[in-house]
Amino acid sequence: MIAALAFYVFAGILLLSAAMVVSARNPVHSVLFLILAFFNAAGLFLLAGAEFLAMILVIVYVGAVAVLFLFVVMMLDIDFAELRGGFQRYLPVGLAVGLVLLIELGIVLGGWKLAPDAAALRFAPNLAGAHNTAQLGRLIYTDYILLFQAAGLVLLVAMIGAIVLTLRERHSALRQDITAQQSRSVRQTMELIDMPIGAGIGGSGTTGIRRPAAPAPAPAAAPAHADHGGH
Amino acid sequence: MAPLLANYFPILVFLVIAGVIAVAMVGGSMLAARQKPYAEKLSAYECGFEAFDDARRRFDVRFYLVSILFIIFDLEVAFLFPWAVSLSSIGLFGFLSMLGFLGVLTVGFIYEWNKGALDWE
Repeated sequence: MIAALAFYVFAGILLLSAAMVVSARNPVHSVLFLILAFFNAAGLFLLAGAEFLAMILVIVYVGAVAVLFLFVVMMLDIDFAELRGGFQRYLPVGLAVGLVLLIELGIVLGGWKLAPDAAALRFAPNLAGAHNTAQLGRLIYTDYILLFQAAGLVLLVAMIGAIVLTLRERHSALRQDITAQQSRSVRQTMELIDMPIGAGIGGSGTTGIRRPAAPAPAPAAAPAHADHGGH
Repeated sequence: MAPLLANYFPILVFLVIAGVIAVAMVGGSMLAARQKPYAEKLSAYECGFEAFDDARRRFDVRFYLVSILFIIFDLEVAFLFPWAVSLSSIGLFGFLSMLGFLGVLTVGFIYEWNKGALDWE
């Protein structure tokens, strides 16, 4: 009884907040309603027994994706009043596209036939005695290894795509070049001078601390050394 | 499914309590407090003078890059949970399968490190 009640509460709030996502005037409110919708969808997953998916929905979608949306919506300089300004003008086109989509959906659903053993297949990978996460784990990495590796490749493409699209070279960034550090010889870092006893450093023709004659440093690193040269 | 849901019953109780407290606080102040709304109460208060600007402006795309990379590694970690739970039953094949997945993403990680995508100024 409680489960049925919780289902209707979660489903109702989910539908309401999804409607608010598209109808809220303030885009920040839209994203906040989207987060509420994600939470309620997680509740529905939990009621359906998909415990792992519910937690992943909270961690990945609420924790990362929705926060990214919020971040972009709050920070970007988009004039939303101007974006909504053409509502009247674009209404007929939008309605026409929506009508076409509706007809296509009707055609698809009209030709829909349930496979005779579909009801039994819903619970097919039912490994008795294992909880939800372990059941997933037994299937993903062995039975569905091809899809799993494809998911890894998709993530790789997303990573490289994000870097290629957004990264600019910055020469002001201070990067550690381990090869350059390791390949420096002692001669480049230190100079040994024979000093006559009692003459002091004034007698050697230089004042102050002697530094080795540095080989011309890489152009990027030059300004960093200029501040504390001892000459 | 009943024992699974019974585990989550305390969370449901907390959700109900949180909802009741939130509604009671806002509703109580709406009912009990004196309401004298006027426009100045809703305007931004910035040390007594008018706000110069709003918070919307162009910002560096590197923030976006960092969060995209975060999401990708978040998903990678999400795949590790069922693997860790079922490692004893999926054997060497499952173990090597995950190593292949991690290897592919490590290639991306090395690329990203060498390109300097993780460096700030």
